Amino acid sequence: MRPSAVRLLNILVPIKRAVDYAVKIRVNPEQTGIDLNVKHSMNPFDEIAVEEAVRIRERLKDAVKSIKVVTIGPPKSAETLRTALAMGADSAVHVEIPDSAPSPEPLGVAKTLKALIERQKEGVDIVILGKQAIDDDAGQTGQMLAGLMGWSQATFASKVEVNPEQKVANITREIDGGLEELRCKLPVIITTDLRQVQLLNEPRYASLPNIMKAKKKPVEKLTAAELGVDITPRLETIKVTEPPKRVGGGKVANVDELLAKLKEAGFTGKRA
Amino acid sequence: MSAIRTEGLRLNSLDTFTEEENMFRDSVKRFAVDVVGPKVREMDEKESMDPTIIQGLFEQGLMGIETSVEHGGAEASFVSAIIAIEELAKIDPSVSVMCDVHNTLVNTILRTYGTKEQQDKWLPLLSESKLGSFCLSEPASGSDAFALQTRAKKDGDHWVINGSKMWITNSHEAEIFLIFANVDPSKGYKGITCFIATKEMGVQIAKKEEKLGIRASSTCTLNFDDLRVPAENIIGGEGKGYKLAIQILNEGRIGIAAQMLGLAQGAFDKAVPYTYQRTQFGQPIGTFQGMQFQIAKAAVELETARLLTYNAARRKEEGRSFTKEAAMAKYWASQVAQDVSGSAIEWCGGVGFTRETGIEKFWRDSKIGAIYEGTSNIQLQTIAKFIQQEYSR
Repeated sequence: MRPSAVRLLNILVPIKRAVDYAVKIRVNPEQTGIDLNVKHSMNPFDEIAVEEAVRIRERLKDAVKSIKVVTIGPPKSAETLRTALAMGADSAVHVEIPDSAPSPEPLGVAKTLKALIERQKEGVDIVILGKQAIDDDAGQTGQMLAGLMGWSQATFASKVEVNPEQKVANITREIDGGLEELRCKLPVIITTDLRQVQLLNEPRYASLPNIMKAKKKPVEKLTAAELGVDITPRLETIKVTEPPKRVGGGKVANVDELLAKLKEAGFTGKRA
Repeated sequence: MSAIRTEGLRLNSLDTFTEEENMFRDSVKRFAVDVVGPKVREMDEKESMDPTIIQGLFEQGLMGIETSVEHGGAEASFVSAIIAIEELAKIDPSVSVMCDVHNTLVNTILRTYGTKEQQDKWLPLLSESKLGSFCLSEPASGSDAFALQTRAKKDGDHWVINGSKMWITNSHEAEIFLIFANVDPSKGYKGITCFIATKEMGVQIAKKEEKLGIRASSTCTLNFDDLRVPAENIIGGEGKGYKLAIQILNEGRIGIAAQMLGLAQGAFDKAVPYTYQRTQFGQPIGTFQGMQFQIAKAAVELETARLLTYNAARRKEEGRSFTKEAAMAKYWASQVAQDVSGSAIEWCGGVGFTRETGIEKFWRDSKIGAIYEGTSNIQLQTIAKFIQQEYSR
C-alpha cells in the first residue's frame, strides 16, 4: 500500500515559569499569596514535557519539523524560554503580560494556546505540557485545551510513542489502578507526569554549547490582546494562610502503652 | 536594573553577569549537584576519578568552554569558565581542578599560541573527548620552574625528550600532554620549549601520589625515556616556552582562585544550615551571638574572595593588565578557603569532623590552594614587585 504523504509533525510545548521547587515558601504579609521574591525556574513538569518533545524528535528524526515553546508571563519569563531553547526547542513565543498583572488562570492559558494554535499556518500536531504547575497545582490547562480544540488527550503520560505515518500516538498513562494504554489520533494533547520521571525521562542539562546556540533562536513576542483573548482572572483569592503548625507526637515506652494510647484515640476495633 | 552610563562606558557592579553566564551557572550547578554530588565521597575514599564524571564534563560542553564552535567548543567568555570552575568546586574541588587545568591551561595554550594547523588538529580532540595535562614541574623544580631539567634533542624531523615531571594534575586519565623541555640549556630559560604529545607516543605515567586532599584528582610522576615527538608539535616556537608558561599561569591563577572560592562557598553552604537546625541550650546554635559573628566574618571573607576573583576575570576579558589582581585573587581565595572550611568543621562539631557529611573534605582539599600553580609566597612576591614598581619612582 502506498503510504500517504506524511506531513511533518509540529510540536508545541507550553511552559510556565514558577517558584523553584527547592524554595521554602512563605505567605506574604498581606496574606494574599506567597512571597514571590524568590528563585523561579521552569515548572518541573514542563521540563519533562520539553525533554519528551526533544526525545520524540531524536526517535523520529526528520519526521518532526519543529518544536516550539510558548509561555504566558511577565518579561522575566523570557529566561525560561531560553532554557527550553537550550534544551533543544527550535523557536519560542512569549505572550507577555506586565509584571503587575495577576498570574493567568488555566482557562485563560488554554484560550491563549487555542488562539496560538489556530494562528499557526503549518498546524500543530502534538501539544505536550506538564500535568500541573507546582505553584497553583491546578492540573487543568491540558484538559481544558483539549476540550476547547476538540482534540484527543492523554494525561499523566509515562510513555509516549508517536507513529507519524498512521497519525496516531500510543500513550501509557499512570492511573491509580495501574497502567492505561491509549491510542490517540493526532492532533493530541499530552500532559506529562513528574511522578514517573524515571519512566518518562530525565531532563537533560542545557550544555554550554546549546546555551550559546539558544541565543540565536527566534523568540516571537505577542500580547493576549493581539491574539484576541481575554485572560483576566475569574477567581478572586480572598486569603492565603499557612497550614497549622505540626503538633509534636508522643513517645511510648512499650507495646502495652502503645495499645492503650491507640484505644484512647479510638483507633482500635472491637475485640472479638 | 541599569548600570551607570558615563561617556558610553557601562559601569556594572562586580556581580553582574550576562544572561548566558547565569543560565550556564544554573546548568553547571545542576550537573554538579545531580551527577557529581553522589560520587564525591566514593571518589575521595578511593582516590580515583569516576570515568562517568569525566565523560559528563565533556558531554556538558565543559571541556571546551572558550574554544571556538568551529573546534567543537562553546565559544563562551572567560568568565563562563570561571563560573564553571566555581560551581564544580562547590561540590567537588577535585572535579573542578580537572576542568580548570583542561580549560585554562591546556585549551588556552593551543588557542593562544597554536598555529591554525595545530588548533585544527588538537582543539576538537580536547573539546570532545581527550583530557589534557600541563607538565611543567619536576622533582627539582617547582617554584623555580625554569630550572627544569627535561631535555629535548633534535633528531631529523623529530625531537627526543628525556626527563621527568612531577606533581602533574590529570595525568592518570589524560591523553594529551603539554610538556616543557629545554632544547638548549646553554641559553638558560630561553631554551625552554613547549611540546604537545599524546600518550601513545610513549609518555610513561609512573607513581600516583597519595594526597591529603583533592584525592580524586590524579597527581602523578611522568617519565620520558627517549620520547619521540614530531617537530610540528612545538607550540609557540622554539625557546618560547618560558614566556608562554608565565602568561598562561597568570590566567590559570584566576581559575584556581575560582576553585578555592567555590570550595569555601561549598563548605559554608553545607555547614551554616546545620547551625540553624542543631539546637543546644534551647536554641539553634547558629543564633548564639558568638556563632553569628563567626558566620558573618566568614561571609565577608567569601565576598572579598568572590570580588577579587571575578574582577580579575573581567579585567582579563577587557584586555586590561591583570597579573597583580590574579595573584591577589589566588593568594587570598586559598586563604579564605582554609579559614572558612576550617570554621565550617568547628561549627558542625563532631558531625563536621566525621567524613560522612563531607565537610572535613573541604578543609583537606583547601590546603593545596596555597601550594599549586604558584605558592602563596610566590604570589606575594609577584604582588610586592608590582607595588615596588608603582611606588619607587
